[in-house]
Amino acid sequence: MAELFAFLLSGVTVGFIYALVGLGFTVIYNSSGIINFSQGEFVMAGGMSAVFLMYAGVPLGFAFILAIISVSVIGIILYKLLSISKDSSHISLIILTLGFAIFLRGLAQVIFDKQLHTMPSFVGDGSFEIFGAILSYQSLLVIVVSLIIVISLYLFFKRTKTGQAMVAASVNVDAARLMGINIKKILVLNFAISAVIASIGGILLTPITSTNYEVGIMLGLKGFSAAIIGGLGNPWGAVAGGLLLGILESLVAGYISSEYKDAVAFVVLLAILFFMPGGIFGNLKAQRV
Amino acid sequence: MNFLERINITKEILIFTAILIVVPFVLQNEFHFQLAILAMLNAMICIGLNLLMGYAGQVSLGHGAFAGLGGYIGAILTTEYQFNPLLSILSAVIFMGIFAFIISKPILKLKGHYLAMATLGIGVIINIILNVEYEITGGTDGMAVDSFILFGFELFESMHWYIVVALLLVFTLWIFDNLIKSPFGRILRSIRDSEKAADCVGINVSFYKSVVFTISVVVATIAGSLYGFFSGFISPQEASFNHSIELVVMVVLGGLGRLYGAVIGATILTVLPQLLTAFEEYETLIFGLIIIAIMIFMPKGIVSLWDKILEFKERKFAKSA
Amino acid sequence: MLKVRSVTKKFGGLVAVDNLSFDVKKGSIHSIIGPNGAGKTTLVNMLTGVYKLDSGTVFLDGGDITNIPTNRLVHRGICRTFQNLQVCDNLTVLENVLLGFDKYMSKNLLKTFFRSQKILDDEERYFQRGMHLLSLIGLEEYAHKEAKNLSYGILKRLEIIRALATGPELILLDEPVAGLNTKETQEVSELIKLLVQDDVTVILIEHDMKMVMDISDTITVMNFGQKLAEGTPQEIANNKDVIQAYLGNEGHHG
Repeated sequence: MAELFAFLLSGVTVGFIYALVGLGFTVIYNSSGIINFSQGEFVMAGGMSAVFLMYAGVPLGFAFILAIISVSVIGIILYKLLSISKDSSHISLIILTLGFAIFLRGLAQVIFDKQLHTMPSFVGDGSFEIFGAILSYQSLLVIVVSLIIVISLYLFFKRTKTGQAMVAASVNVDAARLMGINIKKILVLNFAISAVIASIGGILLTPITSTNYEVGIMLGLKGFSAAIIGGLGNPWGAVAGGLLLGILESLVAGYISSEYKDAVAFVVLLAILFFMPGGIFGNLKAQRV
Repeated sequence: MNFLERINITKEILIFTAILIVVPFVLQNEFHFQLAILAMLNAMICIGLNLLMGYAGQVSLGHGAFAGLGGYIGAILTTEYQFNPLLSILSAVIFMGIFAFIISKPILKLKGHYLAMATLGIGVIINIILNVEYEITGGTDGMAVDSFILFGFELFESMHWYIVVALLLVFTLWIFDNLIKSPFGRILRSIRDSEKAADCVGINVSFYKSVVFTISVVVATIAGSLYGFFSGFISPQEASFNHSIELVVMVVLGGLGRLYGAVIGATILTVLPQLLTAFEEYETLIFGLIIIAIMIFMPKGIVSLWDKILEFKERKFAKSA
Repeated sequence: MLKVRSVTKKFGGLVAVDNLSFDVKKGSIHSIIGPNGAGKTTLVNMLTGVYKLDSGTVFLDGGDITNIPTNRLVHRGICRTFQNLQVCDNLTVLENVLLGFDKYMSKNLLKTFFRSQKILDDEERYFQRGMHLLSLIGLEEYAHKEAKNLSYGILKRLEIIRALATGPELILLDEPVAGLNTKETQEVSELIKLLVQDDVTVILIEHDMKMVMDISDTITVMNFGQKLAEGTPQEIANNKDVIQAYLGNEGHHG
């Protein structure tokens, strides 16, 4: 029982990171219809920048803020690149984001290095015991911060004027434009928010699983799977999908095979695509006829 | 119709064959030959992938994995079970063909991003299996592959490999050109433009999608298993997500729905990374930048440049006349 | 030739087509009209295998064709056009027509790969027939232009010609003149009359009353998924229920 509980706890911790990546996907997808294949690299960039700023002697809190700001600048650059592309067919935009992902990986190799890096826990090495399972302070921090992000994002879209304008723009671009909403600004903001969410995920994850220049590939793919599993375009779905993936992965690693852990996300993804193409929570845009 | 037209020997294929004949005289060392052969094998995969993506309009982010898995099957049958290499390749083709046909039904019902993710998912799962089942595949380190011996003759020298692969490539180009110019090709293009239109004139859309998917996987399997025998080594790297992405980029870079676009894209993206190794740690970064630049400035692919030149000439001609 | 018997289709709680029956006579132009939302396009989709019926049967020349998928119906002699044009943009005009001949042409893979004589003969034969069909609507000169470069009005007729190429006994036209000007509407009317001369039976869904009254042999009026009236154009024009339904509907809009 304690063992099961331990697996669940570690699953939830990682699950929240997947949820953040999936949420980042959803923010960009909902506003622009673009699937951003460099979302995982945003996560990597957040973690790596924080690590190297820390190495450079920048105080931890300040390093985090700098890392988050630089990744959001990267997000805005991606938006600029996408908006000057001459072709808007989704295959060429997908490839553009893939190219950007490769570029970011290359950039990380040049600015940082190819080694594995980690950070000490931000909140000390202590831990709790819950039903015999151990939950480290850092894991708790991941859970708490992720929840704060999810809730504040919800409040932002529901309660603030800017947030509502962004929702309006994603539902109907033309109507929003007529209402005097500046679509370009909204898109820039969406890309920046998405990058901020991703970079926070990357920073939170580093003390738990370490990071290197390649860590974004799998994180991105799993976050994308989480978004589709929950129902592409549905933010709550992305969070639920991320948690589900994290928990299933942890259970498979614990009880079945740690080697096949990484396959879990994709097996679930295929099952969902074949049998529930709208995702667990459904979405309006399922493209299956 | 003259004889060349009847058997569909086009200007393009003659020029391309001529280039393939000249190239060996330009290549200076063993490494150059290996690169040329690798480029031709990638070109083969891309021709098949282009039929699927460019003509029938169905994206696949898993073709690297299909080529890799096919390669492994060929390699294992010969290396572990002493199958004749040709028989190994044939077995791999049959297995992968059936596999592709079976999975194509549920996958190709999906569209757009969902289709991309389903093919990606299958590809990643294949890659993980190849990594994990090390007793059969050699795991992450890959496995050595026995040499290609046919009728007591060992295909060993690069020049011999070059000739075999070049012949195969020209043959592939020819039969695909025949297909594209046939009612079958027209059906594929109609599916890309409007599945409803195809359906309403009596075309069984899902069947044709399955067939074209299977054809593209079979071609990838042949190229993938030849790669194993040629390099004497195969690793999960061949079946990785990255390789799948590279193949898609090759097709789009050359020009979606353009037969020779796939060949040009494959050649450039095979040779380019080798040239970029000169930049050492900047290699990946520059590679990414090039992809971004092409997608921004030439989204219709390199072959579209040729169209623009022709258009320009025509306009000039129209003006002067 | 076509017998529709008590067909019903529900979407959730909404009954789109409710226990509808009617007969279509061979060689006639049979129009189906009704206010917006009466269930006309749903009916077309039911007759052509796009939607599965909740109940009811459809017979063609005595054979049961209920719920046969669209692409197989073509082989039974039924073809349709779409309200929102379905033409292949990147194919030439001629290629779009050739698509209609598809069911007669060999698609054998081996023959295709090796460019057998059969494939070439097919192309040659149907090239001639395709050009002939295009000449009926005066489009030969556009034969090798990509469809996307042509006007909406021309493409509407091209879609009908493509349907004709499949050699059908029955064609269902879903709003063939929607969005067309008077001259283009006239051209489509001419084309429909041509179809009937070719022994093709036509089911026409249309809002353009003038055209419907002009060319129909029989009219079925639908309202709220049910049959409201049926008869010759003359009878329908004088039917009180029909006038009431249309006026009532207009009233809601106005």
